[in-house]
Amino acid sequence: MIIEPESDSTGLSSLSKKINDFCMTICTINGSGSATANTTLLRALFHMGIPVSGKNIFPSNIKGLPTWFSIRVSDQGYLARVAHDDIVVQMNPMTFEKDIDYDIPGGVVFYADHIDVPIHRDDVIVYPMPVKDLIREAEVARDLRDYMENMVYVGIVSQILEIDLKFIKNALCMQFNQKPSVAESNFSVVKLASDWAKDNLEKKDRYSVETREHLTDYIMTDGNTAGALGAIYGGFQFCGWYPITPATSLAESLITFAPKLRKNPETGKNNFAIVQAEDELASIGMAVGAGWAGLRAMSSTSGPGISLMTEYMSLAYYAEIPLVLWDVQRVGPSTGLPTRTGQGDLNLTYYLGHGDTQQIVIIPSSVSECFNFGWKAFDLAEKFQTPVIILSDLDLGMNLWMTKRFEYPDQPINRGKILWEEDLEKLTYRWGRYLDVDQDGIPYRTVMGNTHPDAPYFTRGTGHDEFGNYSEDPGEWHQLLDRLKRKFENTREQLPAPKLRGMKGAKVGVLGMGSTESAIKEAQDNLKEKGILTDYLRVRALPLSREVGKFIQSHARNYVLELNRDGQLHQILSIDFCDLQERLISLSYVDGLPMTADWVIQSVLTKEKEYGSS
Amino acid sequence: MVPPKQKKVNAVGLSRSDYRGERSTLCPGCGHNTISAQIIRACYEMSIPPSKIVKFSGIGCSSKSPAYFLSGSFGFNGLHGRMPSLALGAALADTSMKVIGVSGDGDTASIGLGQFKHLIRRNLPMVYIVENNGVYGLTKGQFSATAEKGLELKHQGKNPFLPIDIAKEALIGNASFVARSFAGDPHQVRELLKAALSHQGTSVLDIISPCVSFNNREDTLHSYQWGRQHEAPLHDISYIPTRAAIILDEFKEGTVKEVTFHDGAVVVLKKLEKDYDPTDKWQAMKILEDAERHQWLVTGLIYIDPHHPTLYDYLELVEKPLNRIPVEDLRPSPEALESINQSMV
Repeated sequence: MIIEPESDSTGLSSLSKKINDFCMTICTINGSGSATANTTLLRALFHMGIPVSGKNIFPSNIKGLPTWFSIRVSDQGYLARVAHDDIVVQMNPMTFEKDIDYDIPGGVVFYADHIDVPIHRDDVIVYPMPVKDLIREAEVARDLRDYMENMVYVGIVSQILEIDLKFIKNALCMQFNQKPSVAESNFSVVKLASDWAKDNLEKKDRYSVETREHLTDYIMTDGNTAGALGAIYGGFQFCGWYPITPATSLAESLITFAPKLRKNPETGKNNFAIVQAEDELASIGMAVGAGWAGLRAMSSTSGPGISLMTEYMSLAYYAEIPLVLWDVQRVGPSTGLPTRTGQGDLNLTYYLGHGDTQQIVIIPSSVSECFNFGWKAFDLAEKFQTPVIILSDLDLGMNLWMTKRFEYPDQPINRGKILWEEDLEKLTYRWGRYLDVDQDGIPYRTVMGNTHPDAPYFTRGTGHDEFGNYSEDPGEWHQLLDRLKRKFENTREQLPAPKLRGMKGAKVGVLGMGSTESAIKEAQDNLKEKGILTDYLRVRALPLSREVGKFIQSHARNYVLELNRDGQLHQILSIDFCDLQERLISLSYVDGLPMTADWVIQSVLTKEKEYGSS
Repeated sequence: MVPPKQKKVNAVGLSRSDYRGERSTLCPGCGHNTISAQIIRACYEMSIPPSKIVKFSGIGCSSKSPAYFLSGSFGFNGLHGRMPSLALGAALADTSMKVIGVSGDGDTASIGLGQFKHLIRRNLPMVYIVENNGVYGLTKGQFSATAEKGLELKHQGKNPFLPIDIAKEALIGNASFVARSFAGDPHQVRELLKAALSHQGTSVLDIISPCVSFNNREDTLHSYQWGRQHEAPLHDISYIPTRAAIILDEFKEGTVKEVTFHDGAVVVLKKLEKDYDPTDKWQAMKILEDAERHQWLVTGLIYIDPHHPTLYDYLELVEKPLNRIPVEDLRPSPEALESINQSMV
């Protein structure tokens, strides 16, 4: 059914044009090969200079279950998820009606016309796509037909939204950069479909794109790739890992890039090692061993893996072993939602370990920050001789984002307080592994292979004195644990500092962390239009900087926005700044999907009605 | 004037006392102490500087013992059953180090079974000693997974389950070196240790080490008495370092089996059973199966494959120890980053 504009009782035709400002969701079946088509559209829009984001909402499944890919374009640079669609591209009969219900009135539906389900809405503009017919016409090899069907919607959508095919062609060439003939055959289907649309469909909707100035400062990639590259530029030397969604692609990116970037140029040999462990108990054990022996060691996992790593992380904290651990968060508790995003591991990672354990946690909010934290984390871990956890999430880690170009590290690699033979030779006192010589809580360490007679010591998770000797002495235990606390407290102002996005005259504070940044910034702008000025402080590390306290102090109300049920950041803020607790208001929820600006706006508005007039 | 008494030293100028550790806190008479003493002697006699050895252990009585030998070596007492992963990560930092891991039957045959098997599968060059007494000592006497069926303990009564055989597990897991010994036979323990230290790959040494406090009744498998009465050595074994003259006089021709190690060292096996060939895996399986049926304690080098590729072969690491690589070599160039950026526009 095609709605004629003339007879349009809903007034769809009179809606004003929307250029570079819409959300389009492509609904397909998992395993049908739509990822290439979706990425092609995404890249083409990016190459046109339009700020764009792509979010893959996928099931924990290899083939058969529904999957969605949402593309948002926004001249203003708003790249957060939106709860409703302007355009639905429907290729999946199973979810046909439900997906179309996400369309706003006046929205658009492209649908594969072999799907035998009537369109149940009359307030949307509908374009049928003769997918099967066009594929037949294109004479695609039988085994490639299902796959190539996706290129039909690329062509038709491009024609209707006015995406220049030269950008599509370019994006396909990037996708298949080793196989130009494959790029060519894909493009031929795109072209055929686009030509069909030109001849057979009349544009009636209000959405289109326009080329902007090239986004020269930006690249497009995902957080896991960025994290791996960060690690490579941070001089990682060992990674022990075990596959788990959504962290797997981080280690796999290391496997892709490290051999290209980190081989000895003369011998061709590796100055790093990557080992796929038998489980997370082993992957963290390997990282602890490597970190102890003087390697820049890392591991990457997600919530369930973090649970398994807990005991070794407690040992690493107590025995003061540097390592970097990526937690690309999915949704717990338990196996939870393995392919969805959330921020539920904050408390888990911050207190990871039994007894009095506290861990440094740094939280990137963008793909390029994944790169930055990827290398910085090693300097922090070795400086403080303790694990550093990088808390990413599925949205950041696995989705493609438009992000600032990676910047070369602005500080040289710092290995911290490590003593080799010649250093020990110069010492005027007897070296002890846990002696707090500098009174900053950070002792000096030696590592395996150091042949100086004073170098060796025995590392243990059991009670030990300043020289590493076994000790059950109450005073020594107490003293050592106090020093660890002092060391930890000293990190507060030496970790990535909180970032402020302020508005002059704002009385309301907003606090958040990680990948929710795009939703919060968009909400800030919207709330400003509604008369509510906000200052937004993004927490980037635990333990918290004292600056966070000052920020809370300077606002009558502070909304703490996060993607978990219990308001975990709010809890930590309330503990650290208990005298300011009354100024903190928790706004948290989790359903597996990325945060939307709408949710932020509505939540803040509701609360502001309660508190605001006072 | 009487000249000062010359201390006896080995080829690297160290005396036996340079290989000592702290005073043991294990029970007097514990088999583990005998093993520690033989580790000290083996390393001394092989002239390996303690600085070239690194020690690891898990949790339990056995795992405390690395503190009681080689104070001049780095050591790390890790987590229960998870010494293999710790050792693996550390070993990669300097592959010229000799790695000695000490575990127990509780540590290896229960929580550690997975890491034990995967260590073997990767063939990380290290000596993996299981001080096997069939009982949890540190928690004062519970069955371990290697305790024989029918064993009686004070609180738990009779053990209803068949034991896990560590040597068999190793062999089935394609271990490149499997040996079993008995703490009451220090000479054999020492010679097997030397062979294990020379082997390029994971050397599994299952040493029956009686617990004098909780599992040393005369009739139990892991006791001294049982061990002495039921020990069935496969062959005598003598380790001869390449530096020393190879003395073959003691060995009659036709009864000698030589196994050449990667470092050129040679283990000479004097076979008691004429047809036993420790490079024959099928024979090794059979001898362990026969031993189980006859309740023998087969000791000696059960299996060896000196040419099995190791983890190091596969990782293709640079010559220099990874932990001594200068920081300049660890960070790729700005140009490389620029081309990465370019590939993502």
